[in-house]
Amino acid sequence: MSGPIADQSELQRIIEDLRHLPGALLPILHAVQERFGFIEDAAVPVIAEALNLSRAEVHGVITFYHDFRRAPAGSHVLKLCRAEACQSMGCEELAETLRRRHGIAFGETSPDGTLTLEAVYCLGNCALAPAAMLDGRVHGRLDAAKVATLLKLVGAVA
Amino acid sequence: MSSRVFIPGDSAALSVGADEVEAAVRSIAKERSLAVEIVRNGSRGLFWLEPMIEVQTTAGRIAYGPVAAADVASLFDAGFLTGGSHELCRGPTEDIPYLKNQERLTFARCGITDPLSLADYAAHGGFRGLKRATAMTGAEIVEEVVQSGLRGRGGAGFPTGIKWKTVLGEPAGVKYVVCNADEGDSGTYADRMLMEGDPFLLIEGMTIAGLAVGAAEGYVYIRSEYPHAFRQMARAVAIAREAGWLGPDVAGSGRAFDIHLRLGAGAYICGEETSLLESLEGKRGIIRYKPPLPAIKGLFGKPTVINNVISLASVPIILERGAAFYRDYGTGRSRGTLPFQLAGNVKRAGLVEKAFGLSLRQLIEDFGGGTASGRPLRTVQVGGPLGAYFPATLLDLPLDYEAFAAEKGMLGHGGVVVFDERVDLARQARFAMEFCAIESCGKCTPCRIGSTRGAEVIDRIAAGKDRVANIALLEDLCTLMMDASLCALGGLTPLPVLSALKHFPEDFDRPQALAAE
Repeated sequence: MSGPIADQSELQRIIEDLRHLPGALLPILHAVQERFGFIEDAAVPVIAEALNLSRAEVHGVITFYHDFRRAPAGSHVLKLCRAEACQSMGCEELAETLRRRHGIAFGETSPDGTLTLEAVYCLGNCALAPAAMLDGRVHGRLDAAKVATLLKLVGAVA
Repeated sequence: MSSRVFIPGDSAALSVGADEVEAAVRSIAKERSLAVEIVRNGSRGLFWLEPMIEVQTTAGRIAYGPVAAADVASLFDAGFLTGGSHELCRGPTEDIPYLKNQERLTFARCGITDPLSLADYAAHGGFRGLKRATAMTGAEIVEEVVQSGLRGRGGAGFPTGIKWKTVLGEPAGVKYVVCNADEGDSGTYADRMLMEGDPFLLIEGMTIAGLAVGAAEGYVYIRSEYPHAFRQMARAVAIAREAGWLGPDVAGSGRAFDIHLRLGAGAYICGEETSLLESLEGKRGIIRYKPPLPAIKGLFGKPTVINNVISLASVPIILERGAAFYRDYGTGRSRGTLPFQLAGNVKRAGLVEKAFGLSLRQLIEDFGGGTASGRPLRTVQVGGPLGAYFPATLLDLPLDYEAFAAEKGMLGHGGVVVFDERVDLARQARFAMEFCAIESCGKCTPCRIGSTRGAEVIDRIAAGKDRVANIALLEDLCTLMMDASLCALGGLTPLPVLSALKHFPEDFDRPQALAAE
């Protein structure tokens, strides 16, 4: 998904704002992803140059962490917790329902581009399992009906 | 006079509609021309009652829960602003047995105060520990922490004071205090709750650590799965700095200490201290060899105190009340209290802060009320994804570091996940290996390769292929991972696997179970 960076000056501004921080690479990558939705391959040499790192080092960091994306996600992102506490309350069955209903597995985006489904391992909402995060907001005590309502509310998947 | 209503702003409460409840309270109060002051407090940790709202009455705070937005009108009808009776009324909050039977030291204030009010914090005992510390030498502070018997609450249980002593003993110069808020263990949420519900306590604890070892800067590394806690900490740090509790002259001590926040990026391994330091430095979260210990060569190569949120948040009360006060709680070499976190398939899930030594059974049955599903309990996983699966016959095990180690398990960060009879332990064992494979940093072979081979071997066992030989192979692989991994991820993944195999062998002898998937 690499191509020309839509707004080169915006990328430069983010880098300039944050490069003074000790250990600036993660804060910069977070800010780039926050602004553009993902970290385009074309941003890698720009960031590397600014921080006096090799492109390989920047690439290595981007690919090490689960959060960073190298391609855009769907317009909504549902992160379903698959860790033990949520397993004990049936998260795998919930995942199976989502898979059947929307035809997407973990790591996939629905054909209409409205929903990306991702696995997450613990949202710290283990007392209210199963839990998921939709567009940065945590939801607890979920079941298939509640997930369907939430998705409908934000306009993800018809 | 306006009524004071407390509606938690904790992200767990928000996850079940606390914001919607707040909106309903505001709009109905306006409709009925009632003056209501809303405080967004932290959670009391009684999560099965969330959203649990409280009203201040002449008879103390009265709790209602779990409240849905749709219940709010009927609460007003019942006169809840003056403690009126309603089917959701739980009576005086402090009298709810779940809360009343706890020993809250670290969480004494959480859920009671407005988390971002310095005045509220001070009125409830805040900053007393720090004030005492400012009049002490670094060595005196460290000695107080050593004497308290406090051990690392992140999971490893290493004596906190000894870590501090090592950093103090390094030549003066740049030193750091790093708070590990990468709370990745499933079944744990104490760090999150504390950062959201009583953030000044963590700031106070880190500042005391800074004064103790001679560090002027602290970092809090918060996992990205906790955006709400990150925002709350950012607000709290700004407020504390503005008021002079952080900065060039901490609390008039003439000494400097300031705190910076960093966001993780989704990597379980970054809860391992050296991996966390790498990540803070802007690198891949690959673990480091030890030695050198972080206390000698830590963040940016400087001497570094690195402690879990709860360890640091336990320090203010130790300084305030003295080491002996804290040490008098607990049993054996496990001193003080641990905020246990009940989670998963349990009726009353929530945070239970108790002195070490109560039994798993007391925690799960007396506090938790048994399984949420009402089916028989089959296993409990204690200590996160690297903790052992215990059968119901071991529920009388006392919760202390040594007792758990003797049963080849660990207390870890205090997470307790309950499973009912529907759990398949072969599947859980496979998950442990799979999780290790997903989250391995890749530095050492036993973890990187062993985890993948482990999952494959469990698949073969579950499919009934050469069962006996493959079980021997799995045990052998687990021994190798335990003995030869560089850190706890590879080294402890065998705990859930071997405990499942030991206590639930029947689950590894059902070819249809996994083969059907």
